[in-house]
Amino acid sequence: MLLLLPILIPLAAALLAALLPARGQQMIGVAAALAQVLAAGTLLAVLPEGGRVSLMLGNWPQPYGIELVADTLSAALVLVSALLGLAVMLYSFGRDDQESATRNATTTPLMLGLLASVAAVFLAADLFNLYVWFELMLIATLGLLVGHGSARGNEAAFKYLALNLLGTLLVLVAVALIYAASGQLNFAALQVAGQWPDVAAGLRPYLGLLLLALLLKAGALPLFAWLPASYPVLPPAVLALVGGLLTKVAAYVLLRLSGQVFAVHELWLEALGWLALLTMLVGVLGAAYHWDVRRILALHIVSQVGYLLLGIALASPAAAAGTAYFAVHNILVKANLFLIAGLMFASAGHYDLRHIGGLYAARPLLAVLFLISAFSLVGVPPSTGFWGKFMLLREAFEQERYVWGGGALAVGLLTLYSMSKIWLEGFWKAHPEPAASAGAIPLPAYAAVLLLTGLILVMALYPEPFIHLAQVATAGFWHQGSGT
Amino acid sequence: MKSGSVLLERAAPLLYWAMLIIALAILLRGHNEPGGGFIGGLVAVAASALLAIILDPAAALRRQPLAPLRLAMAGVGLTLLSGLPAVFLGLPYLTHLWSGGWSTVLLFDLGVFCAVWGTLTGYLYPLLEADPR
Repeated sequence: MLLLLPILIPLAAALLAALLPARGQQMIGVAAALAQVLAAGTLLAVLPEGGRVSLMLGNWPQPYGIELVADTLSAALVLVSALLGLAVMLYSFGRDDQESATRNATTTPLMLGLLASVAAVFLAADLFNLYVWFELMLIATLGLLVGHGSARGNEAAFKYLALNLLGTLLVLVAVALIYAASGQLNFAALQVAGQWPDVAAGLRPYLGLLLLALLLKAGALPLFAWLPASYPVLPPAVLALVGGLLTKVAAYVLLRLSGQVFAVHELWLEALGWLALLTMLVGVLGAAYHWDVRRILALHIVSQVGYLLLGIALASPAAAAGTAYFAVHNILVKANLFLIAGLMFASAGHYDLRHIGGLYAARPLLAVLFLISAFSLVGVPPSTGFWGKFMLLREAFEQERYVWGGGALAVGLLTLYSMSKIWLEGFWKAHPEPAASAGAIPLPAYAAVLLLTGLILVMALYPEPFIHLAQVATAGFWHQGSGT
Repeated sequence: MKSGSVLLERAAPLLYWAMLIIALAILLRGHNEPGGGFIGGLVAVAASALLAIILDPAAALRRQPLAPLRLAMAGVGLTLLSGLPAVFLGLPYLTHLWSGGWSTVLLFDLGVFCAVWGTLTGYLYPLLEADPR
């Protein structure tokens, strides 16, 4: 039952929240997020090291039943997403005045639904169930995009829907074809079925289709245009949740499927590595062109997904551990930067860097918080980004992938350019219209940013337990092909 | 948004109820044959969409048992509740219990039906009313 709580708590809370007025919704949101953190924390704590807990929903036997499995990787990611949920719920607490235009009665229930489905994707242990929860996550996001009924929101929602529906259709077709070819949906059963060379060979084209569709949903090249086109219309708290989690969930599924469940072809990994490099570069170069803080950060999501794909393409336990650590780092740091962007907007009145400034003088604490997260994103030692990139790059150079590793280093430098731009334009230079700078920052919003910054600092300054956890979580990865 | 055809406007409410009855039949049929709450819910959405497009979204909303968000939430609530009796008997969550022709599966399916109906109409009505520019 403990396994179910991280899914059931936010779902039940979404129900309650839908019936309550705005103030009650916010309280339910914070309470549910806190309860989800506790449940996920307990789940991770009771897991034996490297072990797993499983639950057969509805008591149906294998291979018909729907199985939920928590291993260290999924439990840790459920905990991180719950912590992010807590931060964004705190951030929205008491902010209905400033954001009333972009929030409505469905915002909190949909955010809770999103948290429930993200937890369920992490815990799903069969392909079809994974697909269903993944789609629920995207439908909740679609609701958040159309929720405020503006023309820009609808346009963003349409772009988002058009490309993601294509991905959804491909995933569904691929899952059906894999089932037809192997007779299995359950991860463990598929792993066993893949031991037979002829089954593995038969699955390969369908697996390719599935992985391609997931790449679309992760925001990788070439079909990433939906991401910067849709995300920036969201209000800050929702943007932090969606931007922090969604692409990372897709990357997790890619890691789980290609690292543990299926034996993927070497050619695919080779292609994925180059695609990762291109994704990193295009994302970071695209970001350099923009002036809107949200667009800069949204394109950096694309760039950071490249690192995760690089970690998958390197196909070793060490790279998988690096990917897991980097994913956690990126969820926390990216979400925190989106929240800080929201606070910059609240203090300076605009998202466009050309119209704001003087934040360092006006809000020194905010400036420090921004610097911590920005340095983490760039990977300045000793930040979380540094440890994550270090784990990935060491593996890249050890495998003599000098171009991939060198490219990732160059992308780090270009990330520094974007972050310096936000710093110089938003914080350092004087405000172009001094009279326009106004707006207080409510305490809960600061608390949310402080919570995430605290987590980032702990992970940066005491990296050993987290790196160890990432290694334990991915210890069994990339061994599935050894028998064939 | 009026269609301009008197025939369609007169027929729409009748078609709506006919489609809802079929939707319920599909829901009940789903126990032993193809069908079930999800497909039944989709037919109910089609019925509501018919009214919303031929007459207007408000007319479709009036004929729904609950407003979209509440309908969806009631549906999710029913599915969540349907799994609980098993937990009290010490069985895994969502193990369904049968007694004669009645079962907790019916509750689950009805929940899925309402969730699909509520969610999709919740997306549909605002989009029909949205300013195309």
